[in-house]
Amino acid sequence: MNDMTPTREERAEKLQGMGCRRKRVEDIRFTQGKGQYVDDIKLPGMLFGDFVRSPYAHARIKHIDKSKALAMKGVIAVLTAEDLKPVKLDWMPTLAGDVQMVLADGKVLFQNQEVAFVIAEDRYIASDACELVEVEYEALEVLVDPFKALAPNAPELREDLRGKTEGAHGKRIHHNHIFNWQVGDKAATDAAISNGEVTIKEMISYHRTHPCPLETCQALASMDKIKGELTLWGTFQAPHVVRTVASLLSGIPEAKIHVIAPDIGGGFGNKVGVYPGYVCAIVGSIVLGKPVKWVEDRMENLTATSFARDYHMTTEISATKEGKVTGLKVHILADHGAFDACADPSKWPAGFANIVTGSYDFPVAHLEVDGVYTNKAPGGVAYRCSFRVTEAAYCIERAMDILAQKLGMDPADLRMKNFIQPQQFPYQSALGWEYDSGDYPTALKKGMETINYRALREEQKAKQEAFKRGETREIMGIGVSFFTEIVGAGPSRNCDILGVGMFDSAEIRVHPTGSIIARMGTKSQGQAHETTYAQIIATELGIEADKIMIEEGNTDTAPYGLGTYGSRSTPVAGAATAMAARKIRAKAQMIAAHLLEVSDYDVEWDIDRFRVKGLPEKFKTMTEIAWAAYNNVPEGMEPGLEAVNYYDPPNMTYPFGAYICVMDIDVDTGVAKTRRFYALDDCGTRINPMVIEGQVHGGCTEGFAIAMGQEIRYDEMGNCVTGSLMDFFLPTAVETPHWETDFTVTPSPHHPIGAKGVGESPNVGSVPAFSNAVNDAFAFLNAGHIQMPHDAWRTWEVAERLGLHD
Amino acid sequence: MAKTHVTMTINGQEVEALVEPRTLLIHFLREQMLLTGPHIGCETSHCGACTVDMNDMSVKSCTVFAVQANGANITTIEGMAAADGTLSALQEGFRMMHGLQCGYCTPGMITRAHRLLIENPDPSEDEIRMGIAGNICRCTGYQNIVKAIQYAAAKINGVPFHEAAE
Ligand code: FES
Ligand code: FES
Repeated sequence: MNDMTPTREERAEKLQGMGCRRKRVEDIRFTQGKGQYVDDIKLPGMLFGDFVRSPYAHARIKHIDKSKALAMKGVIAVLTAEDLKPVKLDWMPTLAGDVQMVLADGKVLFQNQEVAFVIAEDRYIASDACELVEVEYEALEVLVDPFKALAPNAPELREDLRGKTEGAHGKRIHHNHIFNWQVGDKAATDAAISNGEVTIKEMISYHRTHPCPLETCQALASMDKIKGELTLWGTFQAPHVVRTVASLLSGIPEAKIHVIAPDIGGGFGNKVGVYPGYVCAIVGSIVLGKPVKWVEDRMENLTATSFARDYHMTTEISATKEGKVTGLKVHILADHGAFDACADPSKWPAGFANIVTGSYDFPVAHLEVDGVYTNKAPGGVAYRCSFRVTEAAYCIERAMDILAQKLGMDPADLRMKNFIQPQQFPYQSALGWEYDSGDYPTALKKGMETINYRALREEQKAKQEAFKRGETREIMGIGVSFFTEIVGAGPSRNCDILGVGMFDSAEIRVHPTGSIIARMGTKSQGQAHETTYAQIIATELGIEADKIMIEEGNTDTAPYGLGTYGSRSTPVAGAATAMAARKIRAKAQMIAAHLLEVSDYDVEWDIDRFRVKGLPEKFKTMTEIAWAAYNNVPEGMEPGLEAVNYYDPPNMTYPFGAYICVMDIDVDTGVAKTRRFYALDDCGTRINPMVIEGQVHGGCTEGFAIAMGQEIRYDEMGNCVTGSLMDFFLPTAVETPHWETDFTVTPSPHHPIGAKGVGESPNVGSVPAFSNAVNDAFAFLNAGHIQMPHDAWRTWEVAERLGLHD
Repeated sequence: MAKTHVTMTINGQEVEALVEPRTLLIHFLREQMLLTGPHIGCETSHCGACTVDMNDMSVKSCTVFAVQANGANITTIEGMAAADGTLSALQEGFRMMHGLQCGYCTPGMITRAHRLLIENPDPSEDEIRMGIAGNICRCTGYQNIVKAIQYAAAKINGVPFHEAAE
């Protein structure tokens, strides 16, 4: 060896593997405006579709007259439910086991529901022609309040379900009832609550909101009638699922359907489901034999596709006088809107809401969820969260604060006292989960020390005294949130979508000169998969990340996978990537031994090569092995160097974190200023810290918006009053707080690289931190539980109610 | 609908075309000029995804008719890199500082920041935040976008920049 030989550290660094703050591959095209999103695709002869939508939230359709629209120059077709009936596409199945109208069939059930689909030569003509479709409505009584949905005299929304007492998830007890779902030990929990030395009970609402990615939902369908093949480009977080659904609905074999999800401008759960726009574009193209594009506008996006949350959680906790929790009982009223179109794994009508015991050692618990229909848009998607985990985390984190206040205890101390301890993992929760790993006390302690928690509490006390003396009009809140997530769905024994197990996949091919193409069943919407999967492979195979190309989103080339949502890409496809790479490495080891003329067991792995044990100067690099794989393999071995893995995870992963928010509120204006926001995340092994921190910034910004004002709201007539960016709060750079990120690392014991997933943790963790901060600020004035969202007007109203303006 | 003849300079190139009077500039750029860098996020002037530089001002091209741009000098994200392909300081800064994720806001954001740095070559953090308040990003939380713009300002001003993306 001479001095020019790179050291092991230098060799490892050159790979840009796991743990490296590798700059993103995607940025090269995105910063030059060369990304390719659906609406950027233009095909010869392409037509445009647009919807006629209902102005009513609940009405019968008496008559539709499309003659004037059809007479307009440039209009090709106008589809209504009647036109879709012969092909049985007037209704479509939802992921949650319900059915949903593609185009209004006899009645409309929410404002802006799709009534007719106009196809025209360009988007302006399509839009004009929508105005010419005449629809006669007969208004019906509207149901907006979910708490009134099950009243005996509540209007019947779903006439199609009349007489059906069994739904996809068991008994229906009322015409607006969807399901009742229970988990846990009810008798033991009731006993614990009634014997509790200290108990709390509160209805904690998580209001309706919307993921609102910057790019709306869109699709472009192109039917080649000669070949009988359909190509479908779309904003799909789960392209393979879309292809399966498209095949089932259209009868075209999957092999003749090419689904392509190009670059996606953010998803956050909005782009998991199948929407009427996709179906109508497909039908239009099949009927007309021309490409049909559908692009949603922002108002359509906010009012018709995929709301999130709308969970109303009546929560009871019992505890000892010393603050040890003894039981948790939660009843959730879930407002699903007009159709149950939740994007949950099929067997989980309320997603993983039974993670509601959170980070605490509850001996008993019971959760019950009732889903109801109302005259609102369908959806119930996981807005940057894993299937109702955000709702559950908000519920328990808010409830723990309420309990702390009742006990007169510090909320951080109460959490510390009730944490599941590190030695209890793997931990069986009272509601049926097996938590994989965690060290909660260390994480919270680190957070409290970094932010100087005790000193902040002192300052808060002094400020409260000053406020009472009339020396300041500002109050100070400290919001603590310690969340445990459940992500990485999931083991196929309990997670499937329409019967397809929620595994995921990776296929890796090493070329002769040592560069790699790898394809996954997932689909990035900004999470940097092209960058980070390559880092996993770089470390596993000792080939520079820059030589590894990652491809996703094309169902012709990518192995079948269930897509990207619920923070499942790293836990599931990331694991598949590592496992496929290990298969390749095992073959490479045999080739190396063959080249080095020793036995397989006499070589060992060393960063980017196999070397002979005890003789480090005798080695073959992976690049050399790759070449040999195509011309000099051991006798009897198949040439080539590639592998595929379909990974069915043995368990979910359980990332966690400690978030602390420090806030000052002006009681005269209701304006809340976030002074500090600290986010400590433990997502197990960290693949790219830069990308992780970026995810945390983004998720916290969404959480800030949700907690502080972002809302989908309806008036009593069922009109959506927050249907544009004028009314729907998206924070700009000016309002957005500064984020302080931190971490601990507790690897997942069952994941091949120990990674847990992080994309959604910050949304899950930050909402309770913000809401607890607002509540904490008002707690010394005995305000009681204050519901979200905490916009300035509502916060001002709290101050008004408390007489602070007198 | 009767069409109107327009000429304009786009990314240094003189172009002429026939447009309907009601065609929005963003649709003209994306569909007639095939410049799909500027995006559409709202069509109501709120999001800034469609931002282009028009006659030395940042303009939301979803709220301008193409005919209003007759005779104008327009720069889009496609015109930001140098003729030899070298990325601008901002394009480089956004990558170095992790100022983007899905990339959908990025063309508008960079185009806006380009004008901001011409108007104010050495902006404070608050001035940057205020200066990009018309551009929404749903992914990044802005912190690294601010850094990216600071990186570019430092590079343009020839002063060292030591911060890392966080
Ligand atoms: S598309 Fe122009 S501002 Fe949003
Ligand atoms: S990077 Fe996705 S909107 Fe900004």
